[in-house]
Amino acid sequence: MTFSADTVSSASVKSRSGKKFFTARRARRTAVALFLPVSLTLLWWIASDRGWLPEQILPSPAYVYSTMIEMIGSGEILYHAGVSLRRVVIGFIFGALAGLALGMGMGLSRRVDDYVRPLFLAFAQIPTLGWIPLLMLIFGIGETLKIIVIAKGALVPMAMNTAAGIRAVPADFVEVGHALRFSRWQTLRLIVLPGAAPAIFTGIRYGLTHSWTALVGVELLASSEGLGYLLVWGRQMFWLDVVMVAMITIGLIGFAMDKSLDASENYLQRWKKEGAD
Amino acid sequence: MSVQSALKTRRAVKIRRGLTIPILLLIIWEVSSRTGLVDPRFLPSLENVFLTAKRELIDNNLIGELSISLSRNIAGFFIGSIVGIVFATVLALSRTADALITPSFNGLKQISLLAWIPLISIWFGFGEQAKIVFVAIAAFIPVVLNTYEGMRSAPRDLIEVGHALRFTPLQRITRIFLPSALPSIATGVHLGLIYSWLATVGAEYFLAIGRGVGSLIIAGREHFDMALVMVGVFILGLVGFALNRIAGAAEAYLLRWRRVVE
Repeated sequence: MTFSADTVSSASVKSRSGKKFFTARRARRTAVALFLPVSLTLLWWIASDRGWLPEQILPSPAYVYSTMIEMIGSGEILYHAGVSLRRVVIGFIFGALAGLALGMGMGLSRRVDDYVRPLFLAFAQIPTLGWIPLLMLIFGIGETLKIIVIAKGALVPMAMNTAAGIRAVPADFVEVGHALRFSRWQTLRLIVLPGAAPAIFTGIRYGLTHSWTALVGVELLASSEGLGYLLVWGRQMFWLDVVMVAMITIGLIGFAMDKSLDASENYLQRWKKEGAD
Repeated sequence: MSVQSALKTRRAVKIRRGLTIPILLLIIWEVSSRTGLVDPRFLPSLENVFLTAKRELIDNNLIGELSISLSRNIAGFFIGSIVGIVFATVLALSRTADALITPSFNGLKQISLLAWIPLISIWFGFGEQAKIVFVAIAAFIPVVLNTYEGMRSAPRDLIEVGHALRFTPLQRITRIFLPSALPSIATGVHLGLIYSWLATVGAEYFLAIGRGVGSLIIAGREHFDMALVMVGVFILGLVGFALNRIAGAAEAYLLRWRRVVE
């Protein structure tokens, strides 16, 4: 894979030098980055302390914090997060696999693309949220509904990006494969898939994000457990502290998913770095 | 001439193939609902759906509902993307702003869009204002991310040229950063348009006071009126498609100078 060396070398140099300056620079950067949240929290604290806004609109940060500790202690937050996570993982796996298969079909075969793409695009035009009421009528409000909605969220970006990634593999590379008399399987495994890998990863990333959004949507509309339910429940009771704790949890899980995707992307594409070294 | 005719047949093949599966599905749909293979409450006949669409269009002012949704969508989209472009420009070009704000933005962005709805409904109520705020947030995020990315990847050579020519900061923005970020900004705005439509639907589902296509669908679900839900969902798709097309055309038009380079 020497051909990728030129394009990637600058990135890997940056990461190498980044490691050298790790501590001092990082600490300063973190301090600066924390300035805004800390000062906002301070302002928030003052605002609620002075009673600028009623408690129902803006509970004090200390109150939100104590609610959070309480909900962590009682295992409530863990329980709801677990329910949500399980739904996302199952739905995402179904959706991503289906999307990968569909995207590969559309990317590799013009015939499949011709047959499927118009319908797929029409299907993709309708926001995931749009499907929820329709699916609710068919599947009720049980677990099936949630899994299908989440899977649909992952399927569309996965299929689109996989297809686009495969299409964008330079024809020269494929010709090199021809010249080397690669079999179809070899061309796919050694040229097309590695070439499309960054796009497929983009698909996974968007797919997971969409799944997560879809989860929150479907739980807001129809659920008796999970983080989305916690949001609705807190909202109905005017317990803004519960709403905020649920939001923070949603954000943290989203962040953790993003980071772990980053890590696995780097791991899977480590050959690029090897090429550059 | 032969190239042209080849293109023509290729096009015809594409259209024929593209229509095959949808037509097959429609036939299966019609047959299964006519023969009672599937409960018509779950799968109303095409005729029924068509009649519902007609009823909604003529008697129930569907166009009115649609224009309410669309004006919300557009208002939020414009606010979100304009604020987003300015915001991202500041972040991308000012080191201080970048260090101060970008991490917080990245943190907040992790919170899934719909999770903001309960908070927004407490802060802004269930009315028009809350909906537009929500739509604007939806457009804001992708616009910021892409604009930022685009400005950051402005070619180093160009920036150096700007230095050499002693450009003022404003000149650097308008002559170097904005043009080179334009493709990314267009992507961001395009995404923002799609997200804002999603958010419009979401706002109408969850802040369910007022009118609009989303409210229509929710009403259809509550009355177990599958035909109405289908009409609504179809319209959602149609609008999404139209918005996507418009954005694509605008993008192609704005970026037409790139083709010359390629």
